[in-house]
Amino acid sequence: MSSGIEIQHLSKQYEKKTILHDINLKFEPKTIYGLLGRNGAGKSTLLGLISDRIFPTQGRILFNAEMIHDNDQILGQFYLMSEVDLYPNRRRVRQLFRDTEQLYGEFNRKYADELVKKFGLDDSSQYGKLSTGYRTIVKLIIALCVPATYIFLDEPVLGLDANHRDIFYRELVETYTERPRTFVISTHLIEEIANLIEQVVVIKSGRVLVDDSSEALIAESYAITGPKNVVDSFVSGLNVIGSETLGNLKAAYVFGALDDRPIPDVITIEHMDLQKLFVNLTNEEETQNDAL
Amino acid sequence: MQFDFNSTDPLYRQVAAQIEDAIFSGSFSEGSQVPSTTEISKEFHINPATVLKGMNLLVDQGLVEKRRGLGMFVTRGAQETIREDRRNQFFSNDVQKLVAEAKQLALSADEVLSLVKRGYEEHE
Repeated sequence: MSSGIEIQHLSKQYEKKTILHDINLKFEPKTIYGLLGRNGAGKSTLLGLISDRIFPTQGRILFNAEMIHDNDQILGQFYLMSEVDLYPNRRRVRQLFRDTEQLYGEFNRKYADELVKKFGLDDSSQYGKLSTGYRTIVKLIIALCVPATYIFLDEPVLGLDANHRDIFYRELVETYTERPRTFVISTHLIEEIANLIEQVVVIKSGRVLVDDSSEALIAESYAITGPKNVVDSFVSGLNVIGSETLGNLKAAYVFGALDDRPIPDVITIEHMDLQKLFVNLTNEEETQNDAL
Repeated sequence: MQFDFNSTDPLYRQVAAQIEDAIFSGSFSEGSQVPSTTEISKEFHINPATVLKGMNLLVDQGLVEKRRGLGMFVTRGAQETIREDRRNQFFSNDVQKLVAEAKQLALSADEVLSLVKRGYEEHE
């Protein structure tokens, strides 16, 4: 029996439009995941399906080998923080914390109070009167204080300034260390979480493009730079996912093993960082060019 | 402590290298405690498992040791171990690079030696 969340052949269509197509993924316990994809790739739909807020057209989602659908015991272990505001505008922040405690049966009030202070949040304020950034902070505090063991964060730093983002990343590490649980973080600020996530899932046009550890991904992502003709002949036959040229200088981005081909003196080989890899993997133009 | 993550080595190796540098420079002196895995992860937004992997590399090299319930400490003789290690690598890493570059610039061994001497004189 496998532990964690297992997604099998999951598809979602709205009317005739396919949003997700044959998704197969696993989310293991106590692991920090990055769920990456461009706008409209299907990330939020996937998170909605996992938390049983919307239902699949095909396929199924299991948790410890049990179906999650309508299973309150399982769904109580999941928490989805989404971009959508679900809270009544006139409710005060403090009341929202109490509401959550009632719903989940447990809520780390002490930690919530600490976070309120650290973020400089006025918890007597009405939710609707808060700025975008502080609304995100309220949702974040709730996500970090609920007893759930699988926390899904959809755009967790939306509207947060650099200082508040820094506090969030620190607190994420702190709370994860104290009570290891799974976090699935979907964000466009890849650079900021690149070193925090252990596993990376990339979704492109409703399909899983990448599902691997960050370490393994970086290890097989290369930027090859040098004179154009030398680079071109060196990378022939390799999986080139993008390139940039500046005069006669060319940088080719390769994803996958380089095999044992000899490396000419005039080219340099470096690893790409996660952001660069993501941009090249999900670049639409590149795909269209390949298709021609 | 200043970490600089620009190189393209695996992250856990970079973490180990940065701590090793701090031990070598004396910022983390022998017998003193090194920051905990959590502290380092929090400060630099790095996954705790990655930091731990880097820390374990240093344990394997005998540079830090775990004291149960207390944390990680710099071992006695760690600085000397690093110095010896780096001296061993000096020829293969630095001298060979220097010679390759000198040859490209058509500098003779004597000319390079006199440049090295000048470097010693000018460097305090």
